[in-house]
Amino acid sequence: MISDTSIGMEPPILSARKLRYDYGNGKGIANLDLEVFSAEVLAVVGESGSGKTTLLKCLSTHLTPQSGSLSYRSGKGEPLDILQLSTAAKRELLRTDWGFVHQHPHLGLRMRVSAGANVGERLMANAWRHYGDIRSETGRWLDMVEVDPSRIDEAPSLFSGGMQQRLQIARNLVTRPRLVFMDEPTGGLDVSVQAKLLDLLRRLVFDLDLALVLVTHDLAVARMLADRMIVMREGEIIESGLTDQILDDPQHPYSQLLVASMLAA
Amino acid sequence: METGYNFAYLDEQSKRMIRRCLLKAVAIPGYQVPFGGREMPMPYGWGTGGMQVTAALIGKEDYLKVIDQGADDTTNAVSIRAFFENVAGVKTTTRTTEATLIQTRHRIPEIPVKAGQILVFQVPIPEPLRFIEPRETETRTMHALSEYGIMHVKLYEDIARYGHVATTYAYPVKVNGRYVMDPSPIPKFDNPKLHQSPALMVFGAGREKRLYAIPPYTDVESLDFEDFPFEPQRWEGCCALCGATGSFLDEIIIDDRGRRRYQCSDTDYCLQQQNRETSEKVEHTPSQGDPG
Repeated sequence: MISDTSIGMEPPILSARKLRYDYGNGKGIANLDLEVFSAEVLAVVGESGSGKTTLLKCLSTHLTPQSGSLSYRSGKGEPLDILQLSTAAKRELLRTDWGFVHQHPHLGLRMRVSAGANVGERLMANAWRHYGDIRSETGRWLDMVEVDPSRIDEAPSLFSGGMQQRLQIARNLVTRPRLVFMDEPTGGLDVSVQAKLLDLLRRLVFDLDLALVLVTHDLAVARMLADRMIVMREGEIIESGLTDQILDDPQHPYSQLLVASMLAA
Repeated sequence: METGYNFAYLDEQSKRMIRRCLLKAVAIPGYQVPFGGREMPMPYGWGTGGMQVTAALIGKEDYLKVIDQGADDTTNAVSIRAFFENVAGVKTTTRTTEATLIQTRHRIPEIPVKAGQILVFQVPIPEPLRFIEPRETETRTMHALSEYGIMHVKLYEDIARYGHVATTYAYPVKVNGRYVMDPSPIPKFDNPKLHQSPALMVFGAGREKRLYAIPPYTDVESLDFEDFPFEPQRWEGCCALCGATGSFLDEIIIDDRGRRRYQCSDTDYCLQQQNRETSEKVEHTPSQGDPG
C-alpha cells in the first residue's frame, strides 16, 4: 500500500504496523501501516470520521491500539517499542522528544497561568531550576513563534486564537522535540491568520528538522506544508505518496473526489 | 465520666482503620493515604480531619494541647480541647513542653518539639498540585511518577507576577526526596521546622478523607529556584508583649492612622518569654484546661 520511494535511506523515525483500534462499533482504524521519517511533514487527510484523529491518538500514545506494533527510533538511534513502554516512559517521551498540538488551544494550554509559565512548563518538568534561564529561554521561544516577548506575563485567555495556537506550538517546541503531532492546528482560524501560521510552521519545521504528522481536512494546508500525504477513508489508508503527486494526479476515486472538491485558490 | 460516648468519641473499629492508614502514611512519607473519614460533630473546615487523627492516637495518659494559629485561647482550639476533655477525659495543657499530643491549626509551636511528641495538623486541601492541575486522576499519576514540574510552574507564576515567591503559607515541600506535599496552611516560616524534626507529624484532611505524615528525622525540603532560594518570613519589629524577635509575629493595626504593632502568634511561647523576664513576679499562667 505504501509507496515509500520517498526521502533518503535513513530508517523511519516512527513506524506503525497493522495498527488497529476499534471503538466497539466497527469504527476506528484497521490494519494501518505507516512510516514517518525524520525532518519530513506527513499530512493525514480525509473526511470527518475517517479515522484521522484516532490514528494520531494511537501514534501519540493517547490511545492504546488493540493490535499492531509501533516503533520509535530515539535520538540515540535505538528502536523503542512504544506499545511496551511503561506509562512513565511514554509520558517522558511526550514531554521531551515529542510534541502534541491540539486543535483547540485551551486543550493544550493551561489557561489559568501566564503565557510564560505555559511555555516554561516543559523546561521545569525537565528539571530546569533557574528562573532566569527559564525566563530567557521562554522569551526566545515566544520570539520564535512571533509572539511579542513583552506579553510573556499575560494570561493565554487575553491572546487571540491564532496567538494562542502559537503559544501552544512554542510550549511544545521548547524542549526541541524530534517528532510533533498536530491535530488540525489551523482549524477554526480565519484565512489570513491561517496563512501566517502556516508560514511560521513551514519555517520552524525547516529550521528545527522536525518530523511532523499533521492531521487536516484542508488539502490546501497539506499542499503548503506536507512532503508526503496519506488519504484516509473509513479507517483505512486508501492512497499515499508525495503530496504533489496525489494532489495533481489522484488515483483512487475518493482522492479524486476530494481533490475535485478543493476550492480553487 | 459517663458521656455515653466511646473513649475519644470514635468507635474502636474506626480508630483501628485510621491507625492502619496512619501506619501506611508513616511508611510512605508525604504520600496521601485515603481513609474512611467519619462524621464528626463539627462542620468540615473546623478540623475534622485533625480530630479524627487525634481521636485515633490519644490514650488515657496523654497530655493534649490544641492550638489555632498558634493561640490556645481561640474558638477552634478551645472547642476541640473541650471536646476531648469531655469524650476522652484526658488532661489538657497549653504548655508545648508538657504536651504529648499537639493538634494544631496552621502553626508549629516556637518551642522546638521533642522526640516522643506527636503533632496533628488540620488540612483543608491536601493536594498541592491542584492549583495548576485540577484533574485528580492526573495529579495522582503525577505523584506516582514523581512528575513535579508543575509545582515549579506555581512558583514561576509568583515570581513573574510579584517579583518574588509570594506564597507565604501552604508552601510546597518535598518529603524524603520523593513526594511533594502540602504542609497544610502553616506559614512558610514554619517550613524549616519540618526538616529532620524529632517529633512525628501527622496531617489529616477530613473533607477530602486523606491522611499523610512526616516520620521523625525525615528530610523535608521547600521547593525553590536556584536564583530565588527559599526564604522564610522576617519582621522588622519585635513582639510588643515579650520582645521576641525570632518568633512568628502577627501584625495588629492599632489605630486608623495605620500604626501597627507585632505580637507573637504562639501565645504559650509569648507567655513563657514574659514569665522569664519577670520571673520575680508570681506565676502568671493561662487557665490550664478544664478546672473541673
